[in-house]
Amino acid sequence: MTSIPITERTDRFQGYRGAARAAFEQHGIGVWSEVEIVNDRGSSFVGVVLPRSENADDLHIVVKLFNGYNVGIRADRIASARELGYRKASYKIPEKDFPFDPKKKNVTLLGTGGTIASRLDYRTGAVIPAFTPGELYGAVPELADIANLTTKKLFGVFSENMGPEEYKTLAIAIGEEIEKGCDGIVVGHGTDTMAHTAAILSFMVQNSPVPIVVVGSQRSSDRPSSDAALNLMNAVRTAAECDIAEVMICMFGPTSDNYDLLHRGTRCRKMHSSYRSTFRTIGATPLATVSRYPNEDGSHFTYLTDDIVRRDKSRKPVITPVFEEKVTIQYYYPNFKPDIIDGLSAMGYRGMVIAGTGLGHVNKPIYPAIRRAIEKGMTVVMTVQTLWGFAQMYVYDTGRDLLDLGIIPMDNMLPETAYVKLGWVLGQTDDPQKIREMMTTPINHEITPREPHNGYLILQGGLPEVEAFVQKHWK
Amino acid sequence: MLEPLDYDAVGLISGLEVHQQLLTQHKLFCRCPAGLYTETHDGEVLRHMRPTLSELGEYDGTALMEFKTKKEIIYLLNHLNVCTYEMDDTPPFLVNQDAIDVSIELCLMMQMDIIDEVHIARKQYLDGSIPTGFQRTAIVGVNGILPFRGRDLTITHLSVEEDSCREVRDSGHQIVWRTDRLGMPLTETVTGPDLRTPDEVREAILLCGLVARSTGRVRTGIGASRQDVNVSVRGGNRVEIKGVPRAGYAVKLVHNEGIRQHRLLQLREELHRRGFTTPDSIRVEPIDVSDVFAGADLGFIRRALDAGGRVFAVKAFGLAGLAQWATQPDTTFLDELSGRIRVIACLDQPPVVLSSALLPQFPGKYRVVERLRKRVKPGERDDFFIVFGPEEDCRTAANEIRIRFAEATEGVPKETRQALTGGFTTFERILPGPDRMYPDTDSPPTRITDERVAEIRARLKPTPWARMERYATWRVPEETTTFLIRKGGAEIVDAVVEKTGVDGLVAAIEIGQRAKALRRAGIPVERLGQAEWVSVFDLLADGRIARETVPVIATRMAEDSLTAADAATAEGIAIVDRRQWLPQLDQLSMDGYLKEKCDSPEKQLRFLAGKAVDALRGRAPAKEIAEALREKLRLTK
Repeated sequence: MTSIPITERTDRFQGYRGAARAAFEQHGIGVWSEVEIVNDRGSSFVGVVLPRSENADDLHIVVKLFNGYNVGIRADRIASARELGYRKASYKIPEKDFPFDPKKKNVTLLGTGGTIASRLDYRTGAVIPAFTPGELYGAVPELADIANLTTKKLFGVFSENMGPEEYKTLAIAIGEEIEKGCDGIVVGHGTDTMAHTAAILSFMVQNSPVPIVVVGSQRSSDRPSSDAALNLMNAVRTAAECDIAEVMICMFGPTSDNYDLLHRGTRCRKMHSSYRSTFRTIGATPLATVSRYPNEDGSHFTYLTDDIVRRDKSRKPVITPVFEEKVTIQYYYPNFKPDIIDGLSAMGYRGMVIAGTGLGHVNKPIYPAIRRAIEKGMTVVMTVQTLWGFAQMYVYDTGRDLLDLGIIPMDNMLPETAYVKLGWVLGQTDDPQKIREMMTTPINHEITPREPHNGYLILQGGLPEVEAFVQKHWK
Repeated sequence: MLEPLDYDAVGLISGLEVHQQLLTQHKLFCRCPAGLYTETHDGEVLRHMRPTLSELGEYDGTALMEFKTKKEIIYLLNHLNVCTYEMDDTPPFLVNQDAIDVSIELCLMMQMDIIDEVHIARKQYLDGSIPTGFQRTAIVGVNGILPFRGRDLTITHLSVEEDSCREVRDSGHQIVWRTDRLGMPLTETVTGPDLRTPDEVREAILLCGLVARSTGRVRTGIGASRQDVNVSVRGGNRVEIKGVPRAGYAVKLVHNEGIRQHRLLQLREELHRRGFTTPDSIRVEPIDVSDVFAGADLGFIRRALDAGGRVFAVKAFGLAGLAQWATQPDTTFLDELSGRIRVIACLDQPPVVLSSALLPQFPGKYRVVERLRKRVKPGERDDFFIVFGPEEDCRTAANEIRIRFAEATEGVPKETRQALTGGFTTFERILPGPDRMYPDTDSPPTRITDERVAEIRARLKPTPWARMERYATWRVPEETTTFLIRKGGAEIVDAVVEKTGVDGLVAAIEIGQRAKALRRAGIPVERLGQAEWVSVFDLLADGRIARETVPVIATRMAEDSLTAADAATAEGIAIVDRRQWLPQLDQLSMDGYLKEKCDSPEKQLRFLAGKAVDALRGRAPAKEIAEALREKLRLTK
């Protein structure tokens, strides 16, 4: 098995420094060596040497024992170590051909990073992402029952590293795939900034003839309890069969393995750092539910509203891949200092979304700074940090003063949606009148004229009637 | 009666995995209270488990089996004892350092080598017993020994891990779990395969229990410690008997497993004799015979058909009569088939599977059997089995029958078997291997410094064997010593001896026997801690109370929350000067008693002493009263 001489292995020290690295040199072992290490108490450890995280200390060597457990062995306690073999982890999943069925719809999956499906290398514990149709078929074979799948990996970045360039690339790629005639698009995405991406795609890709479904997972796909496979199945189902030709987020409705919700891209937000059912539509209801098994009427979808744009292949998409990067969100707090705004203005920021308190307020001491910024050409728009409800700045004097300064109220547009929209608008014009008009004219429900009472439903736990209700449902 | 088995001749080998809950305030990876059990719930979650493919595109054996069962898994939640972590909706918090400390303490007691840097791993379980689909577990120590029957019992490793859910019910395709226990810290101590007889297994379980109890930092009571016993015979395979609740049960279970494996090896010979030498030589054929049974007056068949299910005959080529092959006493190979079908095909309505040779009586049976034979057409050497239920499950069952016979051609399959009362076991799942473990990327490793280990070592409690030896020199009965170590009384005895200087035997007997009797009588003596007992024995050491009054004082202290001195006063107990009680003894009219008929002078003395001690209760030491009476008797003669 020792195919490569140890001194020629390029990956021999992955993450190891100092004493641990010295021990590698001394004993002629390295990462991926199958070793027997005996320590100063005569305890023997047999297993595979794993790479070490860069931020871990330089004193220990990590071995995955052949009994499955991992241990860290202190380098200075090693009495003897010898290499029994060498087997580098191969991060490769055998591909199986994704079956093609002419009767099924064609769906394109665009990858941005993150893993929607993966496999495990038990020998090393490595998680191997599955992405190509063949790999996905191996990991989630049920997909073949739903649609014909094509995949395209656009980039491999964490959700927090998605930005203007990625948005543009993604929008253009979606346009191309629609052009090629696919029946729906699925975008694989990390969940942290999924809502930002869904919102910007709602603006960059308009008039889509087919569904554009953004999907991810809250529990990584390497675990048996992951939501990834079900989310993916439901997203592909939505892209292939759903009648809603909008940008949507498809993620768990309840935390139970039950159904996914289809949220409108402009009205959705991640509301819990780790729950499966983290995505919620704010100030409205979701568009539909999608489930793995059909309803009694044979459909996998339950539509929750008629106010949707329907699938229509004759429609031509309009792609506007522009974004002004000098835009910011400021979350107002009681001691917010005006110098922040002056600073942003001096740095050339062209747009600022304020998440204000209550109906859209900030305190008086920062008025002059806002005035200066607007006079210098910055567009300042107001959203509410309560997330639910409208910026209604005419109610109180403070709000009216702010309107006089030239701040544009965004009604019930979510702060993150306002941020990406402002970037997109400023990427197209610097005419204040045009900016104001574009920002206040909704493209896809980012501002709604009315808020239904069931658009705000945060049930308060502990109340007897709420507990009675919750008990009857799978959470 | 146990059927005889020569353990040495069949090469019986056994080892233990002892699970012990630790006495910590919180769970292992979240801040939920540990040890708070509830029988009600205020929320439910539905989940499924999906196996993750390994590198070669293969599923781990257990994972695959569990996936085949396609279970709906329901978790019952109570906000008092679970948070979003147990629901698998929040990543783990940093590992509970208290639990690591107790684990280190246990390791040191077993002379183990402490791991320098503890890494959390995930061990996959797809049965739903843990909502994440894996158990977080970490090796804390390796390479230890326990002194056992004059030799060393090796301890391979000790790991700290989170406890699993409690099963509420498992029927058909739905399994329900209660989550209160989930996440409680637990250690798993794994011994080497060093045990050779069922009795050694029993003794080793007791020893491991004593070690754990010696720390005073483990939980006790039902379910707080559970052991899995691994058994194999020469040529057989490792079978894990899961959930042996107490040491005594192990004897019969290990013995019966030895017999089972021995018999399965004989069955392999028979299969080979019939030409079935490889797993793929076994052939079965499922045949839908629902129509044949449609009119049969059999409750379980009718219920299955009414529910839209089917009845299948599974024809097994060349396997006639083998289902009747005895395995464990009173069980046959048909039970092996039944176990697999129940667990994997989810067909759990009794009788699960019928053998053609053992169809129950029902009206018109003859006609049904006739039609069955016509349909199935079994040859002289063939057999067939009847299964009933949803069609898909019946087909799974047919395949499981094939698989189980296929495994029999190779001998004993690696299995986890559940311990049942009466010393029997039933199939639970395929034995998981190391290929179901991978690192927990959610948890950073914990470095165990030399200072930390030294600190724990410094406050290490005496090992059970050290205590046994010490108490033996005091001539404390072994049974009492064991009781004291198990129940934490040894800690108190040691403190009493050290702080008051009383005789070790006296302290051990008073605490290990008399106090135990009080507790049985319903007196809450467990309320008395170390300090309270020391104060009682202080009075004794100072000669202020008589030994006989120790239980009286302890009772009063426990019942009324009094100090030792106040309890003694309340009971009117205080040793008075000999000059005071001697006249009292004289004043007592012992003369009347002198005429009582007694067989011997000793009996007379004992009789008189009894009367006197009653009268002088607590004011004079019994020993001195006896001496005074002896003198008196000598004088009256």
